[in-house]
Amino acid sequence: MIIVEIIEGPLWYLAATVFVVGVLWRIIGILRLGRRTDLSVPRAAAIPGAVKALFRHLLPHHSFYNKTKLHLFAGYLFHIGLFVVLFFAAPHIAFLEERVLGFGWEAMPRWAFIVSAQAAFAGLILLWFRRIADPTMRQISDADDHVGSWLTFIAMLTGCLALQESNVSLRALHMLSVEIWLIYFPFSRLMHAFTFVLSRGYTGIIYGRRGVTP
Amino acid sequence: MTAANAVQTFIDTVDAAAASYMEACVHCGQCARACHFYETNNDPRLTPIYKIEPLIKTYKRHKAPFASLRRALGLVPAEITEDELNEWSELVYDTCTMCGRCTLVCPMGIDVAALVRKTREGFVAAGIVPEGLTGAAQRALDIGSPLGIKPETLRKIVDEQSQEVGIPIELDKVGADYLVVLSAMELLNFYEVIGALARIFKQAGVSWTISTEAYEATNIGIQMGDKEVARTLVGRIVDAAEKLKVKYVISPECGHAYTALKWEGPNLVGRPYDFKVVHILEFLDQLQREGKIRTKGKDTRRVTYHDPCQIVRRGGVVKQPRAILDTVSDGFVEMSHAGVANICCGGGGGVSSNPRAEDYRLRAFASKKKQIDDLGDIEALVTSCANCRNVIEEAIDEYGMELPVIGLVELLADYLEPESDAGEKAKLAEA
Repeated sequence: MIIVEIIEGPLWYLAATVFVVGVLWRIIGILRLGRRTDLSVPRAAAIPGAVKALFRHLLPHHSFYNKTKLHLFAGYLFHIGLFVVLFFAAPHIAFLEERVLGFGWEAMPRWAFIVSAQAAFAGLILLWFRRIADPTMRQISDADDHVGSWLTFIAMLTGCLALQESNVSLRALHMLSVEIWLIYFPFSRLMHAFTFVLSRGYTGIIYGRRGVTP
Repeated sequence: MTAANAVQTFIDTVDAAAASYMEACVHCGQCARACHFYETNNDPRLTPIYKIEPLIKTYKRHKAPFASLRRALGLVPAEITEDELNEWSELVYDTCTMCGRCTLVCPMGIDVAALVRKTREGFVAAGIVPEGLTGAAQRALDIGSPLGIKPETLRKIVDEQSQEVGIPIELDKVGADYLVVLSAMELLNFYEVIGALARIFKQAGVSWTISTEAYEATNIGIQMGDKEVARTLVGRIVDAAEKLKVKYVISPECGHAYTALKWEGPNLVGRPYDFKVVHILEFLDQLQREGKIRTKGKDTRRVTYHDPCQIVRRGGVVKQPRAILDTVSDGFVEMSHAGVANICCGGGGGVSSNPRAEDYRLRAFASKKKQIDDLGDIEALVTSCANCRNVIEEAIDEYGMELPVIGLVELLADYLEPESDAGEKAKLAEA
């Protein structure tokens, strides 16, 4: 089982390194472009505007509920489901404790895992279906959108297959798919998991000075 | 060379904020549902984030992190071409008013309007700008007004208004506290605002003037994406204000003028001003709160208020118009999405100066019309942007509606306490 050893050993370290270095490289690459000092006289402070924008865009704007409900429903379903599975599934906590952080926390019960995983799957499938079915979504989508969705789907699917942890190969398959996902992450739109802070933050800073948070 | 100029400008203009916007977009398409051009045309090409494809492609090819690596692997978009720019001109100039409503719905908080503005800068560098806008810019540079109002015409209008309201208005008055600048559309179509201001300022005891060297705040450079034009036009006002030694410049009832003068101006001229910029609505609200404006009676019609995007959503002047309206109107009702989430009139951002965009502009008004229709029997629409007012009046005619459109400053002036009443009060107080 040398393949399993490679997947769980060197390949994991390679993927984790590419992920960490790649994410930092990309974020620093954006920030180093800088912005000129704004010489206009502010009406309010910039930083509270940034904080407000971070939270404001976490929740949907009431003016658009009706027009965007499918996307909102699918988006929340997927992201909340994935977040819960990622950080509260017992095997993930054990892995993070053993290989990354050195400490763990309480895992969720199995039924909660099942519910969260199903929510994540349903959300992701709905999001992707919308992407291929809606003419507007087809117009603005590119290969990266599909590759990112599919790699995430495969990582989640192999995770479910490996749930019993009874089969070493299935566990290694999940790990391999996650490693591919991690390596792809910094070069893709999956980076929005980090860049959302920058985009919301800049809008919050720019308009916070004007006393408004659009 | 045309496309190369655009490419270089795109590269130069992308800063960390613009980069973070382009990096964070997940192609969720929600911005489409906030755009009145998309909603009234149902055309996927009109999705706001799609309108800036030339900028995104150039950023990815030349400036994004990993661009070199991707270029080596052949994984970057092709260089944009002149044909592509010509094709996109309609999306960049005719179907976006830079109203910024799409930012509200965007889960990433992306300021698409700011990206459209940067995209327009590339189009200016490439010389691919609708004639309506280049003509307006030329008139603004040559004459001092995008609509061709010359200083002699200004003098005539001011003189007329002064006689109409019986209040002297001194032009180019050195040492006045406030310099009033007007929008091009006010001077052309709604010059009664000058008389209205004269009456309000007389009652409030405000020392003010108008400059014959810089009387227009409309900034076509901001709208078309030409920084040089924008800088020149703002510079004129800065020079005039400093020459007249005023303490404040009052930004008029005009959306993009406020953006140009208050928020972008100091960055364009490269230094903070020696004076303060205050929006007319902020100033009137302040005068009201200080008890310097006294009104008598109220308008009893059922009226609603159209929020100009650049003043409200992108300018932060949200509560003041409502406070003013409350003092002069008994029948004020809010539209759905009032305030920061308002729907644009369809003609901002240079769209109304661009005859090529007329069909799009009139169709986009259907979104605004629905807001008005949803309220039922509205008897008048109040707004505080002369361009919005003109665009709405034109669209109202086109749609066969009957609805007076009123400027907020004029409405306030209509309900000022008459001088005779003030005199009576003073006599009573003395007695």
